[in-house]
Amino acid sequence: MDVGPRDHVQGPADAPVTLLEYGDYQCPFCGAAHPIVKALQRQLRESLRFAFRHFPLTTIHEYAEGAAEAAESVGAQGKFWEMRDTLFQNQPALDYGSLLGYAEELELDLERFATELDNHVYAPRVREDFISGVRRGVNGTPTFFINGVRHEGAFDFETMLDAIQIRMTNLAA
Amino acid sequence: MQLTGNQRLERREPQRGVSPEVEEGQRSTALPPGTRAPYFKLHTTPDQAVALDDFKGKRLIVAFYPADWSPVCGDELAIFNEVLPEFRKHNAEIVGISVDGVWCHIAYAKYNKLHFSLLSDFEPKGEVARTYGVYRKKDGFSERALFLIDEQGTIRWSYVSPIGVNPGADGVLDALEDLENEKSQKGAAA
Repeated sequence: MDVGPRDHVQGPADAPVTLLEYGDYQCPFCGAAHPIVKALQRQLRESLRFAFRHFPLTTIHEYAEGAAEAAESVGAQGKFWEMRDTLFQNQPALDYGSLLGYAEELELDLERFATELDNHVYAPRVREDFISGVRRGVNGTPTFFINGVRHEGAFDFETMLDAIQIRMTNLAA
Repeated sequence: MQLTGNQRLERREPQRGVSPEVEEGQRSTALPPGTRAPYFKLHTTPDQAVALDDFKGKRLIVAFYPADWSPVCGDELAIFNEVLPEFRKHNAEIVGISVDGVWCHIAYAKYNKLHFSLLSDFEPKGEVARTYGVYRKKDGFSERALFLIDEQGTIRWSYVSPIGVNPGADGVLDALEDLENEKSQKGAAA
């Protein structure tokens, strides 16, 4: 499933490079990757489009599914990326009460948020993300794809930047 | 700081019917598609055993893995655990098999909240892994290997991944879909 209108995306649609992350809000490695993605965005600016899909390992991370659904619900109110930052910055506290607190801080329609969370309105959407990852061989988090090609190396800033720049050079050639 | 967490999760694309080297200079002896699945009956708890024919009429995914508690296995089994609803849509169940004892399996399954059985290939050690051709004698544990067995008890797909590499679930899902397609084509031809 290519990155498209269904996805949460930052950066221009015609950027030469699309970085897609499959992530889990309770995964410490994803938490570590979060500032790295931000640094890549700052560095590459308009050259980079970034998309995020949910890959919650729900049986080992008990709050991952709720956090993913919360991000979707907040996204429906236009603040997906703010919520994503909040969730990664508060990884130790992703329980229901904390999620409500974060939504409140983002000045959202709280009643709508709580109702959507209670009814798991976005569970099918999160599952769709998850299965799209499984079918592309995602087997852990975070997993990155650069223009549709899986990034196999480490995900520190230098390695990621090199991998992206190699892709850009190949495009230019 | 080098973040290498993802490196242990690296995997290679499963290739149907291709088995990587087991040990230097030796081809894997994993049973290939078309082979009758060898019978097994193994304990999952001290007083409960699971046998191959418990799954008659269903497809069975048999996941051999080296050991409980090694981080890569955890990821592999965690993914299978998440994908169980998709496996079941294809009338498939899954069991994990390693040489660990039942008490170890019980603790490990509980810790990872696994919703499928882990079978103990403990005594004689690795005997079932041997019959499927995926025992690493030198190491004393099995390959990380997957077998898809059909409703009639025939192996339809097998895959051995390099030790330390999480095979993920897409290879098995592809194989299940292939079985489905084959079945509907046969149905159409009949």
